[in-house]
Amino acid sequence: MLLKKHHIVEKNVFVLVLGIFLTIIIGGIVEIVPLFTMEQTIEKVEGVRPYSPLEQAGRNIYLREGCYNCHSQQIRPFRDEVERYGHYSLAAESMYDHPFQWGSKRTGPDLARVGGKYSNDWHVAHMIDPRAVVPESIMPGYPFLAERNLNFDDAQAHLETLKMVGVPYTDEMIASAKADLYLQASEDAAWDDDFLARYPNAATGDFDGNPQKLTEMDALVAYLQVLGRMVDFTTYNPQMNLR
Amino acid sequence: MSTNVEKDQVSGRETTGHEWDGIKELNTPLPSWWVYVFWITCIWSVGYWVVYPSWPTANDYLKGTFGTTNRTELHETMNNVTAERAPYMERLAALELPEIVSDSELLNFSMAGGKAVFADNCAPCHGTGGSGNPGFPSLQDDAWLWGGSLEAINETLHVGIRWDANEDTRFNDMPAFGRDELLERDQINDVVEYVLAFSDRATDMQAIDRGAVVFEENCAACHGENAKGVQELGAPNLTDAIWLYGGSKANITESVMNSRRGVMPAWGGRLDEETIKMLTVYVHSLGGGQ
Repeated sequence: MLLKKHHIVEKNVFVLVLGIFLTIIIGGIVEIVPLFTMEQTIEKVEGVRPYSPLEQAGRNIYLREGCYNCHSQQIRPFRDEVERYGHYSLAAESMYDHPFQWGSKRTGPDLARVGGKYSNDWHVAHMIDPRAVVPESIMPGYPFLAERNLNFDDAQAHLETLKMVGVPYTDEMIASAKADLYLQASEDAAWDDDFLARYPNAATGDFDGNPQKLTEMDALVAYLQVLGRMVDFTTYNPQMNLR
Repeated sequence: MSTNVEKDQVSGRETTGHEWDGIKELNTPLPSWWVYVFWITCIWSVGYWVVYPSWPTANDYLKGTFGTTNRTELHETMNNVTAERAPYMERLAALELPEIVSDSELLNFSMAGGKAVFADNCAPCHGTGGSGNPGFPSLQDDAWLWGGSLEAINETLHVGIRWDANEDTRFNDMPAFGRDELLERDQINDVVEYVLAFSDRATDMQAIDRGAVVFEENCAACHGENAKGVQELGAPNLTDAIWLYGGSKANITESVMNSRRGVMPAWGGRLDEETIKMLTVYVHSLGGGQ
């Protein structure tokens, strides 16, 4: 019996390591590989696009400040969630997120569809002092975001890096990254057809109430305002993606 | 498994045969009931694979006997919910707002539903119960920028205020008289004094006379000759004690200098028609409905 030979594994660390390695490989092949081969892992939906440079900068701030510690971006397919937050999240909606911001830790509300739910003014007031607008909130304030200049000189490099891991940034997007960063936070963006063609549904204009300065607050609010707004659910047929 | 099992002298238990510096390990196997449960769960899992979605295949996965998925379950649940609410929702869709308010059953339904929707979507800005926040108007008083009738509230909910994505959005655009250098600093001071005079708070009587001229030329078109506001234009009444952005001289000067452009999202499309009607009825009931 094999059990009688077990002492070989127990007494020989190299055999043990090899055994562990093989076990993980097999588990990985069974659990992970099919996700790459299955046609339906990521839903086929229209509208999901890469983040604009300003949104990407905001996303970086979101990660830096650890917003994910309290906020998930994943509406689960349950009644209480869809009645409160809207349509459940699709895999496709976070396919350009590296890394994705799903999760189940919700000290604060889910943010998967917070885009367009509140005005920029509210986001800024709330970020500076959450209790100024929501008295029962336990969120910390982030007033310094409105003070700090946005430092995203390497926007182009960021986009190039994301392209390497599969985010379909075009050469045009990469070339105009730095310009788009400032353009999106100006009044001109709303009339710039090239910009809007690159990043449809992007929220544009000054976000933080201070048009003279591009701050971290501008970037973060631009990011929050696009969350959940890429897929048009009025024309989306959920029967296509039942599983 | 050892054939020649040694028993411990003191406890009388079998040992494992392992020995460290003269200390021997007692053999204490798992209780048999535990082992049986373990094997039963293994057998149970086979049944589970058959009934529920389980193993991946080359480019698909085993769907299970009943094809159960979270998403189909949700759709069934929501279909039931929709069916349960249908008698109310159909009437909400068919009836005009005043008819809904006068039907006590529908009124109850709308108030309960409207309250729930308000708490998540509206309360962050307008405050719990619509008490308002600086920059976000109270919904409990009689001052309405764009009208407080059922119709007006319903329209505002649908199209939002200065919400670019909605082409019918309610819109006005007060100039930034200071920032864009449309008025001199002195003129702004004069017109602010004139405005303060409506609530008997002016301190400079000569400035008021000069301010009246500035007001007449620059402000009266929207705020009205008497400064009581024009609801069709969303221009607020400047003669009462209600100040969305603060009523101190500094606050009012700031408003004239840089303008104020509060934004409210359009809820048409995001919330369905029936829900917006419920919300209208709820907001109308908060105290200021006209």
